[in-house]
Amino acid sequence: MARHSSGHERFLRIAKRDRMPKSRAFMIRVAAVLLSLVVSGFFILAVTKLNPIDVYKSLFAGAFGTKRRFWVTIRDTMMLLCISLGLAPAFKMRFWNIGAEGQVLIGGIVTAGMMRALGTSIPTPLLLVLMFACSFAAGAVWGAIPAVFKAYWNANETLFTLMMNYVAIQLTSYCVARWENPFGSNSVGIINQKTKAGWFPAIFGQQITLNVIIVLTLTVLMFLYLKYSKQGYEIAVVGSSENTARYAGINVKNVTVRTVALSGAICGIAGFIAVSGASHTISTSTAGGEGFTAIIVAWLAQFNSFIMVAISLLLVTLQKGAVQIASQFNLNDYASDVITGIILFFILGSEFFIKFRVVHRSRKGGRS
Amino acid sequence: MKKKMLAVFTAAAVTAGIMACGAVYADAVDASSVKVGLICVEDENSGYDASHIDGLTAACEELGIDTASQLIIKKDIPEDETCYDNAVDLAEEGCEIIFSDSYGHQSYMLEAASEYPDVVFVACTGDMAAGSGLDNYKNIFPHTYESRYVSGVVAGMKLAEMLEANPDLDPYVGYVGAYPYAEVVSGYTAFFLGVRSLVPEAHMDVQYTNSWYDPTAEGAAAEALMSKGCCIISQHADSTGAPSAVQAAFEKGKEVYCVGYNVDMRSVAKDVALTSAQNNWSVLYKHMLDCFLKGEEVPVDFSAGIADEAVMISDLGDSVAEGTAEKVEETWAGIADGSIQVFNTDCFTCQPTDNGSYVVDENGKVTSAFALDADGDFVNDNGEAIIDGAFEESVLRSAPYFSLRIDGITELN
Repeated sequence: MARHSSGHERFLRIAKRDRMPKSRAFMIRVAAVLLSLVVSGFFILAVTKLNPIDVYKSLFAGAFGTKRRFWVTIRDTMMLLCISLGLAPAFKMRFWNIGAEGQVLIGGIVTAGMMRALGTSIPTPLLLVLMFACSFAAGAVWGAIPAVFKAYWNANETLFTLMMNYVAIQLTSYCVARWENPFGSNSVGIINQKTKAGWFPAIFGQQITLNVIIVLTLTVLMFLYLKYSKQGYEIAVVGSSENTARYAGINVKNVTVRTVALSGAICGIAGFIAVSGASHTISTSTAGGEGFTAIIVAWLAQFNSFIMVAISLLLVTLQKGAVQIASQFNLNDYASDVITGIILFFILGSEFFIKFRVVHRSRKGGRS
Repeated sequence: MKKKMLAVFTAAAVTAGIMACGAVYADAVDASSVKVGLICVEDENSGYDASHIDGLTAACEELGIDTASQLIIKKDIPEDETCYDNAVDLAEEGCEIIFSDSYGHQSYMLEAASEYPDVVFVACTGDMAAGSGLDNYKNIFPHTYESRYVSGVVAGMKLAEMLEANPDLDPYVGYVGAYPYAEVVSGYTAFFLGVRSLVPEAHMDVQYTNSWYDPTAEGAAAEALMSKGCCIISQHADSTGAPSAVQAAFEKGKEVYCVGYNVDMRSVAKDVALTSAQNNWSVLYKHMLDCFLKGEEVPVDFSAGIADEAVMISDLGDSVAEGTAEKVEETWAGIADGSIQVFNTDCFTCQPTDNGSYVVDENGKVTSAFALDADGDFVNDNGEAIIDGAFEESVLRSAPYFSLRIDGITELN
């Protein structure tokens, strides 16, 4: 391409926008989601010759079609949301914590171990408090290990946290082998299936009320913590520039370790909820890849915990709908992965149009 | 003696279950309105799941159940709490009898069964039904060890032919196993005994993949076994990974053959596939559905073999040894009439153990063994398995429980 002299402006160029009004940015995002559904619809029609409206209906029915499906969708949304909340402070500090998967598993192992060991000797309410505290602590330690290495020796946290996942997975396999039931099954089975000791109790007749209460409380607390607390401010400063933080007298090492420990701790709680409040078992699939999905949730929401609620719900709805379209239309769950991919692509794309604008040559000098 | 009586009694009870469904138990169910559910661990790309989907579909069609509107199949359901969610979901969709096809689904099916007492839950290949205390929770399993034995005979014929052409050949067999469960141990031992009925000096290595379906790992395991010198590879894993690897090695000039599982492997291994051990799940599905529809008691454990045509092997490949077809017929007939006992204790030896789960005499012949030790505490929960000089498989429980490690087979991992 020829080099442009100052007199010849390119046909199209990209310019950074000034701040866009929030309502307009919101409309762009909604438009992006709608547009992505239209594009996915054409994709479905082109590849499978099915009516996309029927497929969407079925997808929706798979997530919300019955009362139980509704609650299962909510339960899994809470799980994804909880991990996303955990990741938010670390990512806001630009600490690439991709070890949520392992932090969840560690919380899960601790919970499962305590359910097995103490289920008969400690009343369930007290046991729940203990398991909460211990999984919080275990996740904090698991998160703090790479943070300490990052803070003091500048170890690469991306690799470190990633590898901690594999350590956690192997630990889980080891525990599964030790705790397997029935013998030889290579699975722990349902823990305390008969006594239900250490299970979340049903509240208002609903098994997952406590999951919702814990995670929504964390949602509000995380919002306040990041936005209004001194520590939240420190996280933001360290995230935007470590040197500025140091100049302002912030102890970057302390903030790093503290923040990632908190991040790991909340992921540990997600493990507690997954084991005690949902599956009542532990396996290497307890985290189920949600530790990675949560990264997308946290970033898309730009660490705003209330927006994370909506994005978690969207992603879980798509996951749940996948099983339904697989059995109803004989599409396997890759079909749903494609739809999810298209939707995420459009949402990410919309961020581009919110931050930048495309300037046309003929509208030279125009400024929004 | 008491144990033996119990064993004989239970055996009689299970056999009676095969003959007929038993007394009328509940109201008959209308075949034109019943809803049936199936939970699959993979989709139809896995040979194992395809055999379940085809089996249940065929059984429904024979009984007049419309598979388009009355059969709901959930695919790619992992062996974790997702299984529970989907079992419950099927129950809420109105399914009155729900099957799951993989071993690891069973505890989640059990949980769903305890919450929906009016729905019958059948965990195929599971072993928890008899001890569950629930009357709506069942297990079924075909006599896969019979088809494994016959597929072993096919491999043995080929191995004998290869030895005749090359007397220096090491009669070394490889086996790609999924998990070190009794189901797998029973299967590879039966296969090996089939081989050894023709080649007494044969020996075998087993490489586990720790997954039911992992084409890459199965292919890698087959390659590892071939590089150690195995000339015949069989498998208890659900993909075409191993046969594809064997075909590739054959094309590079190595004389190797394979015996598959579930599906005819000639589509991926045209030169090397000898046959595949197969289950005809439709026989078991049909029996369970038939009992259910008639309102008769659905058996807690149901198992059937060649006598009921619940097991088979796929068509023989082009490279089988001469006379294989006749030998196969003869073996099937022997199993059906009882003249061949697959786990005849005269045909294998074990090393002595001090954990008490089995007893061997001075020659290594097993004289007594636990049938099933579900909790792994080395206390016999289910009676004696050695009856009249053979380990009786799938009699006290439908799921296989032969888990003796016999001489001649080495587990590599």
